[in-house]
Amino acid sequence: MTEERKLRLIGTPFRRVDGRAKVTGRTLFADDLHFPRTAWVKLVRSTVPHARIKSIDCSSALAMKGVLGTLVGEELPDSFGILPVSEDEHALAIDTVRFVGDPVVAVAAVSEDIAHAAALAVNVEYEILATVPDFDAALKTPEPRIHDYGDEGNLHKKISMEFGDIDDGMAQADTVLEDTFYYEGNNHLALEQHASIAVAEDDDRVTLYSSTQTPHYVHRALIKTLGLPPARIRVIACSNGGGFGGKTDPFNHEIVIAKMALKLGRPVKIALTREEVFYCHRGRHPALMHIRTGFTKDGAMTAQHLRTAIDGGAYGSYGVASTYYTGALQTTTYRLPNYRFDGARAFTNKPPCGPKRGHGTPQPRFAFEVHLDKAAHVLGIDPAELRLRNLVPADTITANWLQIGTTGLRECIEAVTAGSNWKERYGKLPPGRGLGLACSAYMCGAGLPIYWNHMPQSGVQLQLDRSGCVAVFCGETEIGQGSDSVLAAIVAEILGIDLKDIRLCVADTDLTPVDLGSYSSRVTLMMGQAALQAAEKARAMIAETVAEHLEVPADTLVFADRRVFRADDPEHGLNFNEAVVVAESRFGTLGTTGSYIPPRAPGRYRGSGVGPSPTYSYTAAVIEVAVDADTGLYNVEHVWCAHDIGRAINPVLALGQIEGSIYMGLGEATMEEQVFRRLPKRLSPALVHKMPSMLEYKSPGFHDMPGMTSYLIETADERGPFGAKEVGQGPLLPVLPALANAIFDAVGVRVDQVPIQPENVLTALQAKTAGKDARVGPKKFPSIDYGEVLRVPTPEQGGDGRAVGDPRAQHAGVRSASGTMKDREEALKEHSSATLTTD
Amino acid sequence: MSIEKKTGPATMAEGMTTAVLCINGEDHALVFPTHHTLLEVLREECGLTGTKHGCELGECGACAVLVDGEPVLSCLQLAAEVQGKTIDTVEGLQRDNELHPLQAAFADLGAAQCGYCTPGILMVADALLKRVPAPTGEQVTEALSGNLCRCTGYNRIVQAVLWAAAMERGDDWRPDETLFEGTALPGADG
Repeated sequence: MTEERKLRLIGTPFRRVDGRAKVTGRTLFADDLHFPRTAWVKLVRSTVPHARIKSIDCSSALAMKGVLGTLVGEELPDSFGILPVSEDEHALAIDTVRFVGDPVVAVAAVSEDIAHAAALAVNVEYEILATVPDFDAALKTPEPRIHDYGDEGNLHKKISMEFGDIDDGMAQADTVLEDTFYYEGNNHLALEQHASIAVAEDDDRVTLYSSTQTPHYVHRALIKTLGLPPARIRVIACSNGGGFGGKTDPFNHEIVIAKMALKLGRPVKIALTREEVFYCHRGRHPALMHIRTGFTKDGAMTAQHLRTAIDGGAYGSYGVASTYYTGALQTTTYRLPNYRFDGARAFTNKPPCGPKRGHGTPQPRFAFEVHLDKAAHVLGIDPAELRLRNLVPADTITANWLQIGTTGLRECIEAVTAGSNWKERYGKLPPGRGLGLACSAYMCGAGLPIYWNHMPQSGVQLQLDRSGCVAVFCGETEIGQGSDSVLAAIVAEILGIDLKDIRLCVADTDLTPVDLGSYSSRVTLMMGQAALQAAEKARAMIAETVAEHLEVPADTLVFADRRVFRADDPEHGLNFNEAVVVAESRFGTLGTTGSYIPPRAPGRYRGSGVGPSPTYSYTAAVIEVAVDADTGLYNVEHVWCAHDIGRAINPVLALGQIEGSIYMGLGEATMEEQVFRRLPKRLSPALVHKMPSMLEYKSPGFHDMPGMTSYLIETADERGPFGAKEVGQGPLLPVLPALANAIFDAVGVRVDQVPIQPENVLTALQAKTAGKDARVGPKKFPSIDYGEVLRVPTPEQGGDGRAVGDPRAQHAGVRSASGTMKDREEALKEHSSATLTTD
Repeated sequence: MSIEKKTGPATMAEGMTTAVLCINGEDHALVFPTHHTLLEVLREECGLTGTKHGCELGECGACAVLVDGEPVLSCLQLAAEVQGKTIDTVEGLQRDNELHPLQAAFADLGAAQCGYCTPGILMVADALLKRVPAPTGEQVTEALSGNLCRCTGYNRIVQAVLWAAAMERGDDWRPDETLFEGTALPGADG
């Protein structure tokens, strides 16, 4: 590839390609778009958490001046949902509403004010059903079911998997420790509220502009719900004003306005209020967790059993994947020879939960890393040393069959312990002052697409012409993370041109090759590889013709400084646009493509589709905290965070992702919570968001940020472009447990839940003074029937990646969480030995 | 909003205000619903969509503009009440085709990620720098405490404002190099 070439752009700080537009206010977010004759839509949302719809009366609304029309559920009869296994949503409720905020009716009018007034004039009568408020209630209340599908009663998903033999592993342990933890749900709180505008085009087509991280999946949902041929629907993702996972589902409002635009024959717009965003949610699942681990006296882990119970809210969303993710990545940081994971997700009458930065993994990571800190104290081993003794080696396969790539976790731990002067200061600071350490790993893109297919997960197309301008087409979606800059930089690097010589056309389902979207930290690696391939093809075509033109061997040519020239005689060459002229004269119109499909993962068992990734990033963090023992108030003084990024494409943007992750992790650790309250039953059955505003939903401000020291650890991994791995999500993970561990070091109390409120610290301190258990956190874990355990022999046991006695696993295993049964059967018919091998 | 019968065009624009607003030094003759906020009028009547909204309740700071040089949350400000005052938005910050030092510093330092909170923060920072040409980090933090950002973790924003202030003063102060290249590994330079 490019090892011998000198890199000019990759790895150096450069202004992001959309930087100027973002500071001048010229970036067009979805709500910034306006077309002549745009109608406004407001949604009438359910005021009750669980009910049958008895009647809907839109007559008063329709009689209002300026009202253009309404839509009800029967007009959009087909269900949708991001995962093929849980297409359980309707754009507008048909018979049943399942949470306060569930959309029921859409009203369109000539202005937003009139649409709002008309929505208030719609009368919906409900027949109230019993409310299921939380996981415990779902477990105890199998009837009435919130959905007529799912594993059991109101349990949506149950998982039980054992890799190796945990009984055997625990028997080898000198010490077995167990803990129970709780992680509260929280919201993405992207500054931009969701907005969309749909345009009815002049030939029975519809175009949807939207604040979405996943235009391709929105396109699929529109195909299904509108009943139009795919080529008649176009989805364009505008730049997102922050996503963090909150814009990765196809949403009701997107489908509604596309339908309304086709019904009215004019553009239709919707912009959600902040309160509506809190009710759309798809954020962090509240998670109760029980973890039990066996340790030898020198700190080796012999087995772990993790049980999770997550509150999914009213719809599937990404929930099946989220449930798997609460267990899948536990094995990626430390050697776990035997591992059992039991997970369950409940349906409850609250806004659906889904993916937020870290998707399902921050919760068990919090549990694991605090649990390890406790183990270090029991075993008498320094917490950093305990982790260093257990590191997962590079290029190995974990007990649950995840293929590890490069790993710089050792270097990460060394960097943050040196930076914080851990050896001199840990356990030795004055009372009230403490240090805490935690580590993590994260995926660089989900190994499998959300639906069953053999096609690329990212595609890039280049168009070059005699002007020297290179147009780059890709379905990738800029959400603030800098994906546009990564795309442009990779092409510019390979072709030796300036970022300003590149025009991007992105996130447009009509014009750009499919990229699955900005989720699972997949874009830099997957899009980057596709871009690299497309650019290398273009470079080869140009090099071949320029070499003939200059009468030199092609491999002596250098592409740099907007020129193509001889390495040994830089004066001897052509300007880049002249080089393109030579190539265009020879080949005709120039265009190249690149595509990327991840390597096939080694797991072959049912559920092995969640967790695989081309490679994993690694992070370590140390937090210093000062705690006031009289009040429980604490202040985060400093955060040291080292992240193994493989290689930073642009250090400024990479560091920004680390800092933003620290910030968001601290928000979750210290204050953020998406919580609900019942109204008095005599007044209302409603289960409402406790604080659906940015003032009351506390998130950190300028004053709340500690000092931050970030380290980029580069362990170039050939699986990523120029060796790059992810940075957008991983660095959030260790922040929460590092804080909890620091509070313990400061005052000797454990808060085994997040957010950690000062009153929790105070309560634990009071318990400590009273000689009781100096801990605040959940006391017990419910008894859950997780179903029959799937037993999978580990690589060490000589397993082959399949479960014991699972005849379907050979074909079906890798994608059972991702494809429908129907998809799977069809694919098996087509390819009796279905593979996704790409290398 | 009363429920009216569909009886054809209204004869009188009831509930509407006509006004001339001076925005970024240019007069705009406008007709808008009297209850509409400055935010709505800027975005919808003037097409100045650089000013953003994150809550429309005065909680996030994304909609901050300057009225007579002072930061105002345009989502809480009735447009009808700012006639005769000067209104400055992010669209007026640039100097001809050159970025304002605040804009350049934000773009180069990664102080804008998604860029949605950026216009409001730039305007509040602009007001600060006009009042305090050489602010301390604490003063920047204090001035911006009404603005939320979910991407950056704030540090780069504070540093960018300090950098812009230095550029405006002709001072060669620069943010710490580690913000560009990452902190050197402990011992790596030894």
